Amino acid sequence: MAEIVLDKVTKRYPDGALAVSDVDITIADGEFIILVGPSGCGKSTTLNMIAGLEDITDGELRIDGQRVNERAPKDRDIAMVFQSYALYPHMSVRENMAFPLRLAHVDKETINRKVEDAARILDLGQHLDRKPGNLSGGQRQRVAMGRAIVRDPKAFLMDEPLSNLDAKLRVQMRTSVAKLQRRLGTTTVYVTHDQTEAMTLGDRVVVMRGGLVQQIGSPQALYDQPVNLFVAGFIGSPSMNFLPATLADGQLNTPLGAVPLTDRIRRLAEAAKAPREVIVGLRPEHFEDAELLDDTERARGVTFTATVEVLESMGSDKFAYFLVEGETATSAELDTLAAETGSTEMTDSGPQIVTRLSAASAAHEGAELDVWFDPDKLHLFDPGDGRTLTHVK
Amino acid sequence: MKAITEGKKAERRLGLWLCAPAALVMVAVTAYPIIYSVWLSLQRYDLRFPAEREFVGLENYVTVLTNSYWWSAFGVTTLITVISVVIELVLGMALALVMHRTLVARGLIRTVALIPYGIVTVVAAFSWRYAWDDNTGYLAQLFAPDAAPLTQRASALGIIVLAEVWKTVPFMALLLMAGLALVPEDLLKAASMDGAGPWQRFTKVMLPVMKPAILVALLFRTLDAFRIFDNIFVLTSGAQQTGSVSMQTYNNLIRGLNLGIGSTMSVLIFIAVAAIAFLFVKVFGAAAPGNDGGKR
Repeated sequence: MAEIVLDKVTKRYPDGALAVSDVDITIADGEFIILVGPSGCGKSTTLNMIAGLEDITDGELRIDGQRVNERAPKDRDIAMVFQSYALYPHMSVRENMAFPLRLAHVDKETINRKVEDAARILDLGQHLDRKPGNLSGGQRQRVAMGRAIVRDPKAFLMDEPLSNLDAKLRVQMRTSVAKLQRRLGTTTVYVTHDQTEAMTLGDRVVVMRGGLVQQIGSPQALYDQPVNLFVAGFIGSPSMNFLPATLADGQLNTPLGAVPLTDRIRRLAEAAKAPREVIVGLRPEHFEDAELLDDTERARGVTFTATVEVLESMGSDKFAYFLVEGETATSAELDTLAAETGSTEMTDSGPQIVTRLSAASAAHEGAELDVWFDPDKLHLFDPGDGRTLTHVK
Repeated sequence: MKAITEGKKAERRLGLWLCAPAALVMVAVTAYPIIYSVWLSLQRYDLRFPAEREFVGLENYVTVLTNSYWWSAFGVTTLITVISVVIELVLGMALALVMHRTLVARGLIRTVALIPYGIVTVVAAFSWRYAWDDNTGYLAQLFAPDAAPLTQRASALGIIVLAEVWKTVPFMALLLMAGLALVPEDLLKAASMDGAGPWQRFTKVMLPVMKPAILVALLFRTLDAFRIFDNIFVLTSGAQQTGSVSMQTYNNLIRGLNLGIGSTMSVLIFIAVAAIAFLFVKVFGAAAPGNDGGKR
């Protein structure tokens, strides 16, 4: 159990490349914190610096108040789970889990007891004498977890531990990891590129990009109050829709038509000194099929008509994609987001909008549909630097 | 169903036909000489007295195996093999680690390290001979002025081992480096996280994972070292009981023109080499990692 503090931690490689820049995170004792971001954002480097596998160029890393920058990994008393699991192929499951204890010269009886305990928690009892080569992916993953928990370390570091599992197992293991962490109450730093994992697992999430921390907060806070275009676009699935808009006379002129500003949004935008040209962000789940709403609700929001380009029925909801006339929102931030997350939504024929409608919607491909949205739910961003203009203090 | 079996049969027949030329060549260049030398080893056959050629059964084997020169050569060969292979393994591993970890001028370092292996053994052996010769030898002068190390058994054997090691360490390193590449970086990182220091990472993770590569390297080198000939031929010509079994065979077969005894010796070397290979493959097969099949 430990508090981990990253104080202006920076990693610069000998060739001058800056991998991680001025990261400040205070991880509370027992907290489950997620580092998330596209590949190359510095999240794994940050984790490796906490582990001691990479040197810290600048700044200070403290575990329980003690500076550990210069300590070797083995003297930091933290355990790590690797994406590749990194199980020793020549050792049985039992030997793999006992390895850290054997190196620590723990007596045989204690080792046996601890390994058996961990095996019971992880449901590995009947596999203890098998070699990793004969285990399934999920079992190997559990052995890797087991090797970490037998030591009862100050903290767990997990580097994309579920990425090598198939989709269904991944969801299953996700809940087991969360349960295990809650049960042990050990401080955990978890790296992933998958925003769903980040949202579902963490007490707090750190969104990183290009070596810089973008935002730290609870999953709900990141979803409700993204501080910039990058976080807004990265958190949430499907991603937030972005449209160019002009602020004038208390309303927003968007490709979807004129949208009146609610009092709340107007006040926030004024406080943020919003420019005339802005980018509007709308989450897919804030749209609805207008047919399904009663008149008072319809009157509260904005309705536009568009042709359904593609319809994906999920059973529980329907995802309807529309092409909208007009310009695509442009911003350096959005370009890097698209490049880094590999999204290919950049179309020439105008902006595309994704909406998540009730399963009851009668929408079908090729037909026009009246779509409603709540203007109080929209976000405004500065196209210049990408910062939010609707930030609640 | 029947069509499939027919197809399979035809495929198998084609496979045999395609293998046939290679098999024929192998029979001609390998099987025939081996069988022929076995046949020769069962005869009294001395080219100086061709008229006395006759089939004598295992008599040649009794002669060789009861001869103290043979056993002395056998002992020398085993000694050279064991000592040089052990030294080569240690130095080869060190060199492999250096080459594996080098960040700058990697290609250049690897090429330079391989130079001794690229030099013809006889040429290398001659330069060692000049170095240790009692008149011209700059190394001999350096370590023991007025001495002639190549004329004393212990020092001569030491120089033979030195020449052998110098030449084949790069080869060993190359084979071991292939094994090092098999050790995933994550495994070493995991070991550091688990509390292993550098030496423990090397002995408890690297070596076991590399075991197959190490065994192959040892097998190759042991087989090679056991047949040592050229270094000894140039350095001492087998004087002061420094001759290997291959030297003995050469002396009997080529210089002595005794085809019977010479062939018997080659067959014995063949058997020894086969025994070494069998031993390694047995150990190797039983210890392949990830192979869990019922050995516990």
